[in-house]
Amino acid sequence: MHDFELVKPASVAEAVAALGAEGAQALSGGQTLLPSMKQRLAAPERLVSLGDIAEMKGVCLGDRGLAVGGATPHAVVAREAKAHYPALAWLAGEIGDPSVRARGTIGGSLANNDPAACYPAAALGSGATIVTDRREIAADAFFQGLFTTALEEGEIITSVHFPIPEKAAYMKFAQPASRFALVGVFVAKFADGVRVAITGAGEDGVFRWTEAEAALGADFRPEAVEGLALSAGGMLGDMHGAPAYRANLVKVLTRRAVAAA
Amino acid sequence: MPKDGGIGASTLRREDIRFLTGKGRYTADINLRGQAFACFLRSEVAHGRIRSIDTSAAEEMPGVLAVMTGEDFTEVGGNPTGWLVQSRDGATMKEPKRPVLAHGKVRHVGDAYALVVAETYEQAKDACEAIEADIEELPAIVDMAAAVADTTNRVHDECDDNVVFDWGWIEENRAAVDAAFETAPHVTTLELVNNRLSPNAMEPRASIGDFDSGTGDYKLYTTSQNPHLTRLLISAFVMGIPENKLTVIAPDVGGGFGSKIYHYGEEAAVLAASKRLDRPVKWVCDRSEAFLSDAHGRDHVTKIQLATDMEGNFLAVRTETLANMGAYLSNFATCTPTFLHGTLMAGPYKTPHVYVNVKAVMTNTVPVDAYRGAGRPEATYSLERVIDKAADELGIDPWEIRRKNFIDPDQFPYTTPVGLVYDTGNYHATMDKLRELSDVAGFEARATESAAKGKLRGFGLSTWIEACGIAPSNLVGVLGCRVGLYDAATIRVNATGNISVLVGAHSHGQGHETVFAQLIAEKLGVDAKSVEIVHGDTSKIPFGMGTYGSRSLAVCGSAMMKAADKIIDKGKKIAAHMLEAAEGDIEFNDGSFSVAGTDRQKSFAEIAFSAYVPHNYPLETLEPGLEETAFYDPANFTYPAGAYGCEVEVDPETGGVDIVRFTCADDFGNVINPMIVAGQVHGGVAQGIGQALLEGVVYNEDGQLLTGSYMDYAMPRADDVPNFTVDHSCVTPCTHNPLGAKGCGEAGAIGTPPAVVNAVIDALHRAGHRHITHIDMPLTPSRVWTAMHG
Repeated sequence: MHDFELVKPASVAEAVAALGAEGAQALSGGQTLLPSMKQRLAAPERLVSLGDIAEMKGVCLGDRGLAVGGATPHAVVAREAKAHYPALAWLAGEIGDPSVRARGTIGGSLANNDPAACYPAAALGSGATIVTDRREIAADAFFQGLFTTALEEGEIITSVHFPIPEKAAYMKFAQPASRFALVGVFVAKFADGVRVAITGAGEDGVFRWTEAEAALGADFRPEAVEGLALSAGGMLGDMHGAPAYRANLVKVLTRRAVAAA
Repeated sequence: MPKDGGIGASTLRREDIRFLTGKGRYTADINLRGQAFACFLRSEVAHGRIRSIDTSAAEEMPGVLAVMTGEDFTEVGGNPTGWLVQSRDGATMKEPKRPVLAHGKVRHVGDAYALVVAETYEQAKDACEAIEADIEELPAIVDMAAAVADTTNRVHDECDDNVVFDWGWIEENRAAVDAAFETAPHVTTLELVNNRLSPNAMEPRASIGDFDSGTGDYKLYTTSQNPHLTRLLISAFVMGIPENKLTVIAPDVGGGFGSKIYHYGEEAAVLAASKRLDRPVKWVCDRSEAFLSDAHGRDHVTKIQLATDMEGNFLAVRTETLANMGAYLSNFATCTPTFLHGTLMAGPYKTPHVYVNVKAVMTNTVPVDAYRGAGRPEATYSLERVIDKAADELGIDPWEIRRKNFIDPDQFPYTTPVGLVYDTGNYHATMDKLRELSDVAGFEARATESAAKGKLRGFGLSTWIEACGIAPSNLVGVLGCRVGLYDAATIRVNATGNISVLVGAHSHGQGHETVFAQLIAEKLGVDAKSVEIVHGDTSKIPFGMGTYGSRSLAVCGSAMMKAADKIIDKGKKIAAHMLEAAEGDIEFNDGSFSVAGTDRQKSFAEIAFSAYVPHNYPLETLEPGLEETAFYDPANFTYPAGAYGCEVEVDPETGGVDIVRFTCADDFGNVINPMIVAGQVHGGVAQGIGQALLEGVVYNEDGQLLTGSYMDYAMPRADDVPNFTVDHSCVTPCTHNPLGAKGCGEAGAIGTPPAVVNAVIDALHRAGHRHITHIDMPLTPSRVWTAMHG
């Protein structure tokens, strides 16, 4: 790991100011950034830690659903969201291992937008709103491809607002080595429709399976997706699964998520 | 009831106290005064010609003490192969030089071609990045069949092709085997891959070179399974340091599985750097580096054929294998696919005709060598898979086809057609035990339960045998081995009666400190707590061959028994003098020397004291002291064997495989510590499950390692393995060593993979997927699903 300066702001405003410097990089839970730095694949000159910013932490129920602070670790979401949004809490509790869940944060995960991460499926599947230091971004506009989001340079996710659905479930099929999602499917049924978000499978990262949303909107039963044909085109393929295999998993897991919701 | 702390007792492992409380002392924990740190610069291309290496910028970096390249090692020797194999035509194999640092060419991703030593690790790492190497990339040789076919693009330019040898075993039998196939009523053919594995010992490799310019002595602290072998290789082949000027110390070592048997270039490099700088030089491998530089295991592509009659009697077995050597010949790379593989191709069966052909192939990949089981898992997998396929084709029950071909208990000693003499065994007994423990009768009910959950249940059977306790030195010498394979022990009884046992075997997780103390406690009738086991330091221990191939107990344990016999013999002489009796009248029982038929006796401690304070002692005929050394060279291999049963549930929608029951019935001969044996089997089975379902090294066509981290290389985790049922109550003691012990370390890794794969195929067959006759390991969900739906 190369040398770097560590800055620990106490407020969002201080953090934004600190990130204005040349070579600065936000550090949230560090579960992706720190291994990259140890491998010398990333070498930021200044790390701006978001871990001490109280206003960015915690889970609370409000008018706009469940608000989760951007620097809230997965383990806290797993524990504190359970009463309000069990599918989200379950998803958080299945990320990585206990030490990852103790450090990794929702803001860090969404900002990184790893194509196999779980949180992007929850955010997109819930139709969440990503709140930053300067604006609000709808999940539908936030995810823009592999490791790419609508965030601008130095922009910080301060919180995420999740509308709470009538029913929801997340199904994850783990990649055997990393245990990231080889495919993860988040299904949420709202009064005005169903959202189905898929992670792990898409060439461009998380995406909504709109055909399934329509079918489930009309008939929220596992059988409703039975007749849908999901093309392998646009699916990721690697040593852990060809596009056709991933397309199959999307369908299987969607059915299982609906059954579990 | 076993004696407390003696043979047969499940004594808790004394070494665990330090391991579990953070008091273990591994090489990386050792910090010498004035030490500097080394980092290696490793090739990023699989195959390339080194045009130039500019180290000038690196040398100017802060803290940098030395930069070395292959040029600095042109005067020293290559790291040799330990076994010369002859081809079918009588030609001796190719033996391309393996330099300390790559010179002229880089031959695999991870091939070290420069070394930086600096005051700190980070400074050395920084300076590595400042080295400017001009490397002309050459086409990578990755696929073995292509490597054989293409003689123009060669891993080693000095060799005229990429085939190291073309071995036939036994060549004289080939015609008879082929004739048996021509007339056989049925022939089953199976092509399969034995997947390449990365060893992943918990402790990465590490080495510290420490040259003393005052004495001219070298010390090497290193992660080794066999410090004397490492010293011998460095002294006699690589660096020419006299053995009496080089001490090799392998302190606590956190797992090896074979990968730490071998001498690696990093060890020679830190010694040379230490001499140049007159400072200790330390290198600690990081995990990413380990994937690129620790010797890999397995990697065979095999076609096996089994000839039978229509009743399933085995008539002949024939195999053709391409065995990947990687880019350099690691020390035992050549014997693994030959004498540890071909000689086992009879299995526990009385197949009259067997012929094995192995071509060893160089490729631009990490060198491949012995990995837990070494050759024997490959043999067992091929054989047990083709047997299941034959049983299926012939409509014979998998239990039945094995049973009718087993060597029967009254046929021992049994000479196989591939050159081994099995001294003893009872394969029916272990299979009966397995059948009893597997609850075969309840299978259909369990399958129905699985079906109710939408899962397909299957049962897989395998039997296994290995030749371990390696080995008679004169025999392996004839076969091309360049070292002896005895072991040695010194029993030093101290004046106050406690005992130090200095052993040639090396413990890197096996629990020798506990088990060897149990042996001595039982044999000499002393408290195990008074016995200390010393290992891993060539300046203390007798010349031994270390630990691998399930040999520590059978070979080093036998040396300990021989040395203990000498101690008892001498003790009797001393006792005879002290008790004023004839030596022939002295009996030794349970720690006491007594005159037969009387109550006159001397305790072991009294005899020891007398040996060192010889006031009342037969000095004119007997030397003082009570210390004896014995070397033990085995008369034969040992042949542990067993039968394994695996039950799986396959999810037909995802292809996911869950192992829901796993049962082992093994014959390890006499067992010293049943708890440790069970632990060895658990670990071996977990590794076998890893190979069968999860692990597999993947290179792309450019020779880039795609499984270079735990993000893509799947190690078995606790929730990937079931609760095991482990039994070793079937015992046929080894007939030729004093303990009757056979060895248990590799069993699980050998017997497990075919049981798992057979179970998955069985589940698919029961569900109607009869066209699936084989799936190559690892049976990942994607592979299983693709076989079903692809």
